[in-house]
Parts: sequence; structure tokens; C-alpha cells
Amino acid sequence: MLTTKQVSWLKGGVFIAALVPLLRMVYLTVTDQLVDPLEFITRGTGDWTLYFLCFTLTITPLRRLSGWNWLIKLRRMLGLYTFFYGLLHFITFLWFDHFFDVAEMWKDVLKRPFITVGFIAFVLLIPLAVTSTNGMIKRLGGKRWQWLHRLIYVIAPLAVLHFWWMKAGKHNFTEPIIFGTILGVLLLMRLWWAARK
Amino acid sequence: MLIKRSPNGIDLPFSSEITPRALYESRRTFIKQIAMGAVGSAALLEMAQREAFAQGMKLPAKLNPAFSAMDKQTPFKDASSYNNFYEFGTDKSEPAMYAGTLKTRPWTVSIEGEVKKPMTLDLDALLKLAPLEERVYRLRCVEGWSMVIPWIGYSFSEIIKKVEPTGNAKYVEFVTLADKKQMPGVGSRVLQWPYTEGLRIDEANHPLALLTFGMYGEVLPNQNGAPVRMVLPWKYGFKSAKSIVKIRFVKDQPRTSWNLSAPGEYGFYSNVNPDVDHPRWSQASERRIGEDGFLSRKRKTLMFNGYNDVAPLYAGMDLKKYY
Repeated sequence: MLTTKQVSWLKGGVFIAALVPLLRMVYLTVTDQLVDPLEFITRGTGDWTLYFLCFTLTITPLRRLSGWNWLIKLRRMLGLYTFFYGLLHFITFLWFDHFFDVAEMWKDVLKRPFITVGFIAFVLLIPLAVTSTNGMIKRLGGKRWQWLHRLIYVIAPLAVLHFWWMKAGKHNFTEPIIFGTILGVLLLMRLWWAARK
Repeated sequence: MLIKRSPNGIDLPFSSEITPRALYESRRTFIKQIAMGAVGSAALLEMAQREAFAQGMKLPAKLNPAFSAMDKQTPFKDASSYNNFYEFGTDKSEPAMYAGTLKTRPWTVSIEGEVKKPMTLDLDALLKLAPLEERVYRLRCVEGWSMVIPWIGYSFSEIIKKVEPTGNAKYVEFVTLADKKQMPGVGSRVLQWPYTEGLRIDEANHPLALLTFGMYGEVLPNQNGAPVRMVLPWKYGFKSAKSIVKIRFVKDQPRTSWNLSAPGEYGFYSNVNPDVDHPRWSQASERRIGEDGFLSRKRKTLMFNGYNDVAPLYAGMDLKKYY
């Protein structure tokens, strides 16, 4: 078992490490090392949303298998980073693709299924981010809060579908298959445990 | 209108007048080898020269202003490091990293099918077939970005004249190299190999269709489709076959690689058309690499990429159907 002090060090470390991908994108852009920084940032923020989604959903099964209860202290931060990179990803879409023309953006969201599912996944993340504070957990009550946060089991498949369709035109399914498998295993473990209860 | 002369009448310098970096570099390597005492044989000298030809060798050509856009040219660094060339990997940075293994000499192109004079030409014969011209073309990728590149070559119509197609020749098929040993991406199942492209014969005969050997005053870098490729500025980039080994004149419309892979997304014609969206994104606008970015909207994509001279080729055709 880690001490409280060790846990806060760990949280600080994870907080900073989670910013590294963003700082790298900014650094490569301002130092002019990218031929197409807009594409790099759009893809990078999308990729990291999926990574953090996987990290967040790994916490509970890993805690259960390992008995490392301190892991739970990292879960909220990882979940909020999922939202943070998802928000950046959404902003790149609104900014780079539509230059903040919301009406044009809506047309795109409604017309293209891969954007529609990505957009829904992002919108569903918002209530989870908003209710992530201790105060909100108290106000909602633990049970209701937990039910609300099960939305993540809807969001994860939508996110993979969004990525899958994005890659479909070039038949590049390697990465979507990897994400799909990881998230599938993480969700099946939960189903298995729920069924044995 | 594509043909824009310099508005103030000032002639632009040919990029072919600039000594390429790679030539300096190869000279330095060579001097180093002399210093190390490794030189002494004529064979090594010849090797060094051949090496210089393979990459970064000057390719003299006169600018053809009638076929040159006045848009700001994309930096060589960007045009040679951001490539879709799946034979070397699906990531756009991979061709520049892995195309060094491509051997561009000796190289032959066989021209066959419905022609009176089939022939197999080596690179030197091809280079001498017609005078080389430099032409600055806009390049629009189907992915939604664009560049402006000074290419070197001559109109493909020169080849057509030479081989004399028969009355049966309705289409031209371009077959490209697919050698696993030189091209690590050929093992992947992303596309059907060899990468094959095609044109209707009147499209191939249009003077804008350029059989291309160089860019920015040098022979083509491997990652840009060395040693010989097509450039079709009014079509999306993937229509321009790279590293061509065979040109076939045929009766029926050839099956093309991207069309086989995703027929709903990539048509046989694939003319640049702002009114026909790709199923997953709009084609109405584009991002000019190195120019459009954080502070400005994307620019409007022009019909036929601004090359309206080709419009008569498609008179009466429904371009929404024949995308």
C-alpha cells in the first residue's frame, strides 16, 4: 500500500506526463518541424483521447486483479484527461476544418456518419466531466452517479467506431482493431464480474 | 484559367539553375573518400557519379510559362517529405524514410498493347524522346491538401505519337513497380499490387498530362515516384502513377487500384471537383501546405483544380456519376 504522500507524488507525476503529448504537438508546430501541423494535431488529439480512454477503463480491472487500491486515486484524473484531449480534438475540427463556422460544422456532423458518432461520443463525455467533482458525487448520490458514469460503456464503442470509419477508406484497420480489442476485453471483464455477482 | 503569366513581366529564375544540395553532399562524401585513401580506381569514381545521378542530380529544362501556375511554390523540403506512396508505407512520412532502397537505374519502361510500334525504352532513351520542360502545376490530393510543384518532363502525347496506337486503343493503363525487396509496403494488403492507374486515351493525349522525370530542377527523389511518373494536375494526386514500368494501350477501361479498393470513394475519373464530396469529407475546400493554416480559412477548391482547358474532354458527362 502506498502512503498518502506517495500517492500525491504519483498523481503529480501522472498529471505532468499526461501533458507531454500536447506539449510535443505544440513544440513541433512552433519549431516548424511538421509539414502539415493541422493534420498532425487533429490525429494526435484523437489518438490520445483513445489512449486515455483505455487507461481510464484499465484502472478498475487492474485494481481488482492486483489489489492495488491506490489506483482508484488516479481514475478521475485519467478520465478528465480523456475529456481534455477529446475537447482539443473537437476544437481542431471546429477550428481547422470549419474555421469556427458553427453552421458549417453542423452540416458536416449531420452529413457524415463517422463525424456524427465522434460528435455524440464527445457530447456524452461532457456530463461525465461536469459531474467529476466530489461535490457533484455527493449531490447526485453514489448510486445515481455510478449509473450516469456507466455512459462510458456507450462512449467507448462509439469512439472506436468513429476511428474505424475514419480508417475504413484506406483499409487501415490495424489500429482500430487494437483499440477495439483492448476496450472489448476491458468491457467483457466487467460483464463477467457483474454476471458472477 | 490556368495560364497566368507573371503580372509584372519579370521572368522567374529557373529552379534548375540552383545547384542541388545532394550534389554538394555527394561531392563531400567523395572528397572524404579521397582523404581516406579509398579512391584509386575508376570504378569508384563511376560509382560516385552514378550515385549523384540517382538522387539530387540536376535535370536541365526550360520553363514553359504557358503551362505554369503563378501560385507560390511549395518548399522542396515539404514536397519531398510528405508523400502518399503506399509501396513504402501508409504514413506520409514513410516514403521519404524508406524509398532509399529503390533502384532507379537501370530502368526500362515497356509500352505495349494496341499500338503499331510496341517498344521497351530505357531511361536514357525516354529522357531523349522529347525536349524536357519545367512546368509549375498545382497538386490537389484527394485527402484535402494541396501543393504547388515545379515538375520536369514532357507531354505524354509525345509517347502516343511515337508508338502509334491502333483504332482499338481507347484507354491507357499505367503499371508501376511492385518489388517487395525494394518496397517494404508492397507486403501490406492495403491495396492490390502492382499499383495500376488509367486514363481515357483523349485524357492521356491532353498536353497537360505530363510524363515526369524531375522536380525542382533535379531528377525525381525516389519518394516522389522516381525515375518516371505521370502528373495530371486536374485530377486528384493518386491518379498520377509513380515509378512506372509498363504502359499499356487497351480497349477496355482498366481497373485501377484505389477504385478496386474502395469503389464508392475513388472513381475512375477522379477529376478534382468541389461539387462532389468524398463520402467522409467535403472536397469544396483545401489546405495549401505551408500556407493555409491556423490563421486562415481553407481555400476554395477549383473545378478541375483550375485547369479548365480540360473541360471539353468531359463535355456532356454527368461528373457526379462519373466521379
